[in-house]
Amino acid sequence: MAGKAGRSLLGRWGVHLAVLAIVVVWTLPTMGILVSSLRDRDQIIVSGWWTALSGSEQTEAGRLAAPSTQVQRDGRFVVEGRLFEEGDTREVRAFGTRATAPTAWEAGTEADLGDGVTLRLEPDSSYVLASPVAFEGNRGQRVYLSVLSPPRFTTENYETVLLSEGIGRSFVNSLTVTIPATIIPILIAAFAAYALAWMRFPGRAILIAVIIGLLVVPLQMSLIPLLKLYNGVGAFFGVPAKTYLGIWLAHTGFGLPFAIFLLRSYIAGLPREIMESARIDGASDFDIFVRIVLPLSFPVLASFAIFQFLWVWNDLLVAMVFLGTGRDQLVLTGKLNALLGSRGGDWEILTTSAFVTIIVPLIVFFSLQRYFVRGLLAGSVKGG
Amino acid sequence: MADLHLKGVRKAYGAVEVLHGIDLDIRSGEFIVFVGPSGCGKSTLLRTIAGLEDISSGTLEIDGQVVNDVPPSKRGIAMVFQSYALYPHMTVYDNMAFSMTIARAGREEIDRRVRNAAEILQLTKYLDRLPKALSGGQRQRVAIGRAIVRDPKVFLFDEPLSNLDAALRVATRIEIAKLKESMPKTTMIYVTHDQVEAMTLADRIVVLKDGHIEQVGSPMELYRHPGNLFVAQFIGSPAMNIVPATIEQAGPRTAVSIAGHGGVTVPVETPADSRGAEISFGVRPEDLVVTGGEDFLFEGTVDYVEQLGEVQLVYVELGRDGVPLVAKMPGGADVKRRSTIRLTAAPEDLHIFGADGRAFARARVEGK
Repeated sequence: MAGKAGRSLLGRWGVHLAVLAIVVVWTLPTMGILVSSLRDRDQIIVSGWWTALSGSEQTEAGRLAAPSTQVQRDGRFVVEGRLFEEGDTREVRAFGTRATAPTAWEAGTEADLGDGVTLRLEPDSSYVLASPVAFEGNRGQRVYLSVLSPPRFTTENYETVLLSEGIGRSFVNSLTVTIPATIIPILIAAFAAYALAWMRFPGRAILIAVIIGLLVVPLQMSLIPLLKLYNGVGAFFGVPAKTYLGIWLAHTGFGLPFAIFLLRSYIAGLPREIMESARIDGASDFDIFVRIVLPLSFPVLASFAIFQFLWVWNDLLVAMVFLGTGRDQLVLTGKLNALLGSRGGDWEILTTSAFVTIIVPLIVFFSLQRYFVRGLLAGSVKGG
Repeated sequence: MADLHLKGVRKAYGAVEVLHGIDLDIRSGEFIVFVGPSGCGKSTLLRTIAGLEDISSGTLEIDGQVVNDVPPSKRGIAMVFQSYALYPHMTVYDNMAFSMTIARAGREEIDRRVRNAAEILQLTKYLDRLPKALSGGQRQRVAIGRAIVRDPKVFLFDEPLSNLDAALRVATRIEIAKLKESMPKTTMIYVTHDQVEAMTLADRIVVLKDGHIEQVGSPMELYRHPGNLFVAQFIGSPAMNIVPATIEQAGPRTAVSIAGHGGVTVPVETPADSRGAEISFGVRPEDLVVTGGEDFLFEGTVDYVEQLGEVQLVYVELGRDGVPLVAKMPGGADVKRRSTIRLTAAPEDLHIFGADGRAFARARVEGK
């Protein structure tokens, strides 16, 4: 560290704190979604997720026991009982007898209701209503309570979402679209990349230039012509429109320029002597590709797989165009979009669905991340 | 039996010609070293023999067969690269077995050959390691082992010791020499820029410069009788001292006068009409001796002394513009800076070169 400009203690701590701050801000929304998806529905309605651990306060109305249950004690007429059921863990914070002032008195204190009538309501909702004269009437005293519910976390949102909202089916649809749409481009691009990097043939330079040019073509521009072409060809062969095959081909087509470009750059960077040595050992181009280039290319294949997987998983537009909206075909992104319309107010459903969508890319990323490890080429040539 | 014959081999990259008509005959079982400065075409020539580069014109024959268009794997060659070129994702065993795996040989055959090669190179306990777990010297041995397994007619080495440190270089050099001894029938072609490797390993040395062969001969041949100025100054370290001189008297023995210094008669035959010709006079640093007498070749001031322990290099200022004479003397000799020194050499150790750089043939002395 000595000798590096600007590397004072303050500078280093500044960097660490800045990074921490950025990380926190970046992951805050995801945290929020995760917490909300685990909360009880009623609590979500009342308070934000950042208060999730402290419980939520709600106002509700209740009625004390009817005057017919009153007993006489110490010269006073007493109605007592308990508002909540056995096992209810909620806590009364404040109470009142008028709707306009529901929290007039704190729980655990005695309220003076006038005419000598007192009401004592404990936090566990047991109450004592005392009066010097007998109570009249059929119905008990109305009370309003401010109730604190302990934080309640539950996984029932997930059950609801996965089983009954149709998200489970959409999840499977998304996987059906994404996995082949990731694997097929890799297969095609790996061969193409090797050929463009290491084989000599006329027109190679032009082909590379064309592929790089295709990188620039906007997806939206080619979407409809591609669909028309696909449907036309499909009609010619009797293949129905809007099938999975169509979207696989579409994603392959859109992903290939980037795949070939990325893989070609990497494969062209492999040491030439290794290929020459293999050639002297009698390996054909195919042997070299399968036995040497492919194993050495795992890092770049993994990194492209991550890119393509995320892109296809999160894609809405291509799915809407090439696939239908029926139950068997609607992908997760489309389903979420539809949910926003029909269940827009049900935050517990929305956040849970969103988190279900997030989980899979997270798993893919973290499991493939270790293939980024450099040093795979260590030991093969001098200097590494 | 693997003779190689190169006839008029030319190699051009587009308009740039890199090898200009190489003619060379290599006998079976020889250890040939291609040596020369950077850019002289030695690696290109080796790669051409290997089949990694195409020959623009001329023929290459290996074992009686013209192999210009034969792919590398079918030429009966094996190559050891400067940067080892091991397959990093395979173990040492798989690296060495690769060529046979491609050829779909039987498992036992592969095992036998690989273990045999591993034993020769003392790699048996590293067979399960990956290249990245090996040291530089071990990796180079694996590369050599991979070549041995191929059981080739011709071994090609492309500067294999360049990446090793000095001590390891010496040890590996001896291993290569022993390897050659154990394979008397295999031809080995070795490329290096280091003339020490050339001198110690070669049966014959091919000195290359700018795509031409300067001279071919045994190490001692090149040392004692260099054919031109380039070879004279390339072989031997420090390089031979070259000073301008004039022929006073031509004939079977030539009288030469060195500019600014004395004259001497050398046992070199020159044509009668070369009297007065401007020539270059050469003498190796190790052949110069200090003399106190009147009969000396050079007199000058000692400018600098480099002590190497066993020898010392004495740089003598002759009054020429900054080009000192270098003499190699035993380390114990007492040579002081700024002292005047007189140097001479035996007549049979003197060389003269014509204006075109070609050496005049020196008399061959018995035993030299």
